[in-house]
Amino acid sequence: MDLIKVAENAFAVESNLPKFGAGDTITVHYKIKEGSKERIQDFRGVVIQVKGTGVTKTFTVRKMSGNVGVERIFPASSPFIDGVEINKKGSVRRKRIFYLRGLTGKKARIKEKRV
Amino acid sequence: MTGLIGKKIGMTSVFSVEGKNIPCTVIEAGPCVITQVKTVETDGYEAVQLGFGDKKEKNTTKAEFGHFQKAGSAPKRHVVEFRDFEGEHKLGDTITVDVIDEAGWVDITGVTKGKGFQGVVKRYNFRGVGDATHGQHNRLRAPGSLGASSYPSRVFKGMRMAGRTGGAQKTIQDLKVLKVIPESNLLIVKGSVPGAKGSTVIIYQ
Repeated sequence: MDLIKVAENAFAVESNLPKFGAGDTITVHYKIKEGSKERIQDFRGVVIQVKGTGVTKTFTVRKMSGNVGVERIFPASSPFIDGVEINKKGSVRRKRIFYLRGLTGKKARIKEKRV
Repeated sequence: MTGLIGKKIGMTSVFSVEGKNIPCTVIEAGPCVITQVKTVETDGYEAVQLGFGDKKEKNTTKAEFGHFQKAGSAPKRHVVEFRDFEGEHKLGDTITVDVIDEAGWVDITGVTKGKGFQGVVKRYNFRGVGDATHGQHNRLRAPGSLGASSYPSRVFKGMRMAGRTGGAQKTIQDLKVLKVIPESNLLIVKGSVPGAKGSTVIIYQ
């Protein structure tokens, strides 16, 4: 297990992502390659889980597009992530808020954390 | 040719420069001790015998122990011969992961995970017979026909059927070397390698 860490660290690039968790609303600036051109796409939604450690860490962001839920899983150490902006800190009781999938409208709101 | 004996540590993934997520296997390769040098004059061919992984003296036969003592090494658990090993080598020399060219490819031999008695779908990637529904009830993973009838009136030798699966020596060729870390004797290759975590693998380059 330890040697796996050594191997992963040999490839690790310093991550500059801010700290966020389930319930937070974030905007992910994601680089997209179209042919030879590169542009940045924003994906704004609620973080519903953060999973894994080190290079294999991923997080899932859920947003409502019209009235269809869209979830996207981002590898945290992907070089395609240009940056992450935290829009709102949410106050939730659990680490993985999958119950949000079953809720719509006013029920799907998350209380904001008081800082 | 060069080579080493190593231990499979496990798998992980890394991001390449282009941003691709690459699956990779981490192997603890060496250090290995040269326990015997074979030459054309004495043995009729050129080879080097490497030893890897210590074992206790009480678990070593006297004959084996004498063989290791000749090389000035502690008794080794795994001993493998490599033919036509590159470079000049003396008895008792240590070979480390440095011998692996970081820009190259390697072949890795190991014993695959044992799967027990398995049917032909898992063992030989047969597709089974028939449908799961429409009245079918027991042919989903069946092998189908074993051959013709009155001629030849027998089943040909080597017909693929159910049986013990895995636990056999397999070599994966041309695995790309991603990184060599000499400080911790690590070799990282792209893709998977036969065997469970902690199993012994032989690396050829």
